[in-house]
Amino acid sequence: MKIGKMIKETLLFLLGILYLSPIYIMIVNSFKTRSELYENVLALPDQFTLEYYREAFAKMNFFNAFTNSLYITIISVIFIVIFASMTAWMLARTDNLLSRVIFMVFISTMLIPFQTIMMPLMQEMNWIMKTTGIPMLNTHGGLIFMNIGFHASMAVFLYHGFIKAIPRSLEEAATIDGATKWGVFWRIIFPMLKPTTVTVMILDVISIWNDYLLPSLTLKAKELRTIPLSTFYFFGEFTIQWNQAMAGLVMTIIPVVIFYMFSQKYIIKGIAEGAVK
Amino acid sequence: MSKTKDRLWFALFTVPTLFIFTIVVIVPFIYGIVYAFFQWDGIAANPKVFVGIENFIKLWSDERFLHSAWITIKFTIMAVISVNLLGLTFALLCTSALKMAKLSRTMIFMPNLIGGLILGYIWQFIFSDAFAILGELTGFDNIFFNWLLSPDYAIYAIVFVFTWQMAGYMMIVYIAGIQNIPEELMEAAKIDGANYWQRLRHITLPLLMPAFTICLFLTLSFAFKVYDVNLSLTGGGPVRSTEMFAMHIYNEIFRYNNYGYGQAKAIIFFIIIAAISLTQVYMTKKREVEM
Repeated sequence: MKIGKMIKETLLFLLGILYLSPIYIMIVNSFKTRSELYENVLALPDQFTLEYYREAFAKMNFFNAFTNSLYITIISVIFIVIFASMTAWMLARTDNLLSRVIFMVFISTMLIPFQTIMMPLMQEMNWIMKTTGIPMLNTHGGLIFMNIGFHASMAVFLYHGFIKAIPRSLEEAATIDGATKWGVFWRIIFPMLKPTTVTVMILDVISIWNDYLLPSLTLKAKELRTIPLSTFYFFGEFTIQWNQAMAGLVMTIIPVVIFYMFSQKYIIKGIAEGAVK
Repeated sequence: MSKTKDRLWFALFTVPTLFIFTIVVIVPFIYGIVYAFFQWDGIAANPKVFVGIENFIKLWSDERFLHSAWITIKFTIMAVISVNLLGLTFALLCTSALKMAKLSRTMIFMPNLIGGLILGYIWQFIFSDAFAILGELTGFDNIFFNWLLSPDYAIYAIVFVFTWQMAGYMMIVYIAGIQNIPEELMEAAKIDGANYWQRLRHITLPLLMPAFTICLFLTLSFAFKVYDVNLSLTGGGPVRSTEMFAMHIYNEIFRYNNYGYGQAKAIIFFIIIAAISLTQVYMTKKREVEM
């Protein structure tokens, strides 16, 4: 009986390890020389050299790409949280046709896949740039603007559901005490929305950080590239040297692993919530 | 007085989001529908010619499009089955009383956080080099060869990688479902002498139906929209054998410069995705009423 349980434990652990074996292959080969790599991809490297990391780091312009990704993700998510929570609260607390229609529009546009609007969106941004001079394309600001637009509806939807479950009496008491709506929202409501804020942040951080298609359409200048973009060009521009390529990929997933380690609990909860709703 | 004030507050709270949202989503969507009825090569100086529904008719005799649609359907069916089978199995394993359950759960979910583009590159290496060596080592060189070079097998490679990416996600949703099953129910069944398989068959699986519906439709729409993995793993090749729907639209518009025609395909794409999601909403609502 006890041995049976031990075996089960071991098998389950092995399953987890086996599942991550591609990561192992990636890491060991990032240290190997060319000939060593072709001798046996599965074996541990003879010696650890960071040479390929140095090369990949330079070729991908990794530091620059990393800070770009970080900046774009953080600023986008902050704006999404602020704007979407405000809007969702107003929509949930205003009981008229207009607010119902707005909410319906948010929900129904969640069905639109990105490919359906990418071309007209680029045309529109071009047009805005030409007529008003606001640099929508090839700037981080423009990309952040579009990120907010694309992620707003899901966030409004999640906040709306949560707010509906909060009794109105609290905010009504505060209103009688003379607080403005602005004050009521930021001092009473927003802190209560924390669970949803965490969910929204997790979902949007993951999807904005990993997004390739939208940045590839908007950012043209080399120095603006995000991590997925610089990975793409790294694989496209050079004939593939696998050891270098693997080193590059290891670097791109290090931030993700660190993020995962620190917020694992919230990520799993956020994913489950985001999916169910 | 207070009515105007209320309106001002309403505007202050909703207009920023609405403004951005309208520019980024609503306007392009409406324009997208209009573009689908025109012929245009994307160059501003060249005229946009109104062609009515010709773009939508042309689709049905477009070999490339039909091939792309067909492999997307094939891919979606295979992916839905493999992702859900694996996700459900992992969920059952990772909710057992074993100590390793939590750790394994963490490990299995991991690939989902890495973007599809990067996953595709990792697997490109594994398929092209690690598989060759595995084939030599094990002698199974009819399984372990470079799938990516074969027009018949490349699509399976994408199913494989997509499953690796998504199974952990679906596992999380199934786990949430399993944890919602009341403990007493299981206890009662155990006392009545039901073994593990009987409990699975008669309690766990029927009560997991809501989670199953969610996972089914999530995988359906994720699989149908697959792009990043497709791009980095096969790039649509070899010889366009794996150019799936999303990539097909991208290529039609930005590579072959058929802006109007490509946009018509994008509208069809939208209709299919919307139909999938609306069916899900309908089914979920229906069950809620029944319960």
